[in-house]
Amino acid sequence: MIFSIWEKRKIPLSWLLLTRQPLRLSVAIAGICFAGILMFMQLGFRDGLFDASVTVHRLFDADLVLMSPRSMSSISMSGFPKRRLIQAMAHKDVVGITPVNWNFLLWRNPETLITRSILALGFEPGDPLLKDPDFYTKAQVLKNRGRVLFDELSRDEFGPIPDWYRNGRIVETEVAGKRVRVAGLVTLGPSFGADGNLITSTETFKQLLPSMPPGSIEIGLIRLKTGSNVEEVSYSLSNILPNDVKVLTYQEFIDFEKEYWRSSTSIGFIFTLGAAMGFVVGCVIVYQILYSDVSDHLPEYATLMAMGYELKGLLGVVAREGLLLAIMGYVPAYLSGQALYALVRNSTKLPVAMDSQRAILVFILILVMCMGSALTAMRRLVDADPAEIF
Amino acid sequence: MTNLSSIGNIVRQTSHLGANPSINIENLSHWFGKGSMKRQVLNSISMRINPGEVVLLTGPSGCGKTTLLTLIGALRKIQQGRLSVFGCQLNGSVRKTRQKLRRQIGMIFQGHNLLRCLTAEQNVQMGADLIQGLSYQARRHKARQWLCAVGLEDQMSKLPHDLSGGQKQRVAIARALAAQPKLLLADEPTAALDSVTGREIVDLLRKLALEQSCSVLMVTHDPRILDVADRLLKMEDGRLIHSSE
Repeated sequence: MIFSIWEKRKIPLSWLLLTRQPLRLSVAIAGICFAGILMFMQLGFRDGLFDASVTVHRLFDADLVLMSPRSMSSISMSGFPKRRLIQAMAHKDVVGITPVNWNFLLWRNPETLITRSILALGFEPGDPLLKDPDFYTKAQVLKNRGRVLFDELSRDEFGPIPDWYRNGRIVETEVAGKRVRVAGLVTLGPSFGADGNLITSTETFKQLLPSMPPGSIEIGLIRLKTGSNVEEVSYSLSNILPNDVKVLTYQEFIDFEKEYWRSSTSIGFIFTLGAAMGFVVGCVIVYQILYSDVSDHLPEYATLMAMGYELKGLLGVVAREGLLLAIMGYVPAYLSGQALYALVRNSTKLPVAMDSQRAILVFILILVMCMGSALTAMRRLVDADPAEIF
Repeated sequence: MTNLSSIGNIVRQTSHLGANPSINIENLSHWFGKGSMKRQVLNSISMRINPGEVVLLTGPSGCGKTTLLTLIGALRKIQQGRLSVFGCQLNGSVRKTRQKLRRQIGMIFQGHNLLRCLTAEQNVQMGADLIQGLSYQARRHKARQWLCAVGLEDQMSKLPHDLSGGQKQRVAIARALAAQPKLLLADEPTAALDSVTGREIVDLLRKLALEQSCSVLMVTHDPRILDVADRLLKMEDGRLIHSSE
């Protein structure tokens, strides 16, 4: 079967048409590649920013999350009474709770003495907070007052804390005007709202933020019995609890944050528009290339028609040119995309990475771009009148 | 051997007598333009060309020779009259029929019309690729054979713009013959060539066409090549005015 197809093959006209004009081909590839990179970058930034908004959210060990209905996003958290979380404990499927304080505090860079806003989480060091199994032992140092765990992935503007700490220095600085000591490093990652993170005990948190009403928390983590129906428990808890608190599943908690950035800010729109512009630019370039290619070769196409080649077959030649351009443009775009993502990751610490879904999406967009342009360029081919070439 | 060739001769002679002509034209007329701009280019042309015949068509420019050629080549629609090629009526034929018919007609153009992006060998193979049911190797072999037959065995991998005018025209002939046509239409194949090369090309064309028992209809202005013809047709103002053996 394969052999017979191989035997039936003809001269690879599309390939030769493209490769025998290296200048035009390289312009076309550069254009498609540019469009592809633009789409990769814009979509990558968009997804990266949305993912970045939940870097900390993803690390929590919880099945359900209690939040104040007035909380709009991680950068504007409102408090709710801790009693609600204790009430939730009464549900038969709930096995554990962790009250968490969540606020932005001013961190002084111990090297430059410049202050900067950092996300501070406060919790009881005896409670589980993160999924990371090593975290529990690390957190025990927080039982001492004035101790914090510093996120080693925080942006460099907070000071060279991880280096100093690893070199055995005692790292002390001010948070919200109070002296704290870095008692360990954790790995969380900066998010969209927060350039850096620190974790401390509820007691230290209260000390740092004395204006906070006692018994008020921003997030309540709830862990359920294994095998319990998360949706059902969420529903029954929201019926039991008064409406000064809302119950979210863990996934809803993550989506809630992402949705804020997507809908309440122009980020999603801006980057989608950027990607759309890349697509349009690519379309224009590919169309120009294919159209002039078809126009230049019109007498040759007409000759082939006079020889008895069918129009259908010649349309196939143009279509294959489009397909070849798509593939030849996509490969360098993909590789450059990978390199640029690495560059962005290193300089912004945003979680921008090539995921297969986006890789496929961009390929499909490039394919649509090339085939659409080929299709439009084909209209020119219909003008090829074999009677004109005599 | 002698028997076989004499039978061949008889077959040839009888077919010459014209039971089944390659081309049969009756009262063919053709107009260009519309309304008041309408202009008649062909006026009641009747003629027939038999298999294996080499016919030359001459006449002043603008007398409709090329139009007649495109009509026979199934490249235009018939407006009035009857035209059949290999017994296939072209009046009111659908595009598909004309497309199929074209595969049996080889065409050689004034400008060689080679594909610029293909080598000489690949250009000829574009002709051979039209033959159904042959393997790639066989078609390539055929292309090479034809290039050898036109004397270009050393130029196979050259692109058209590296070839001289005469060489390009030879490639065009090889390409037209590689599709194994039963009829060859040539529109001033020597127009762009000097007299010596032109003569060579025409002799080559005649020789190869005869070997394939392929009829040839050639439009020409060139008085030096008239002697290759079995028959000479003259046209003036859209009419066939003179026909001589």
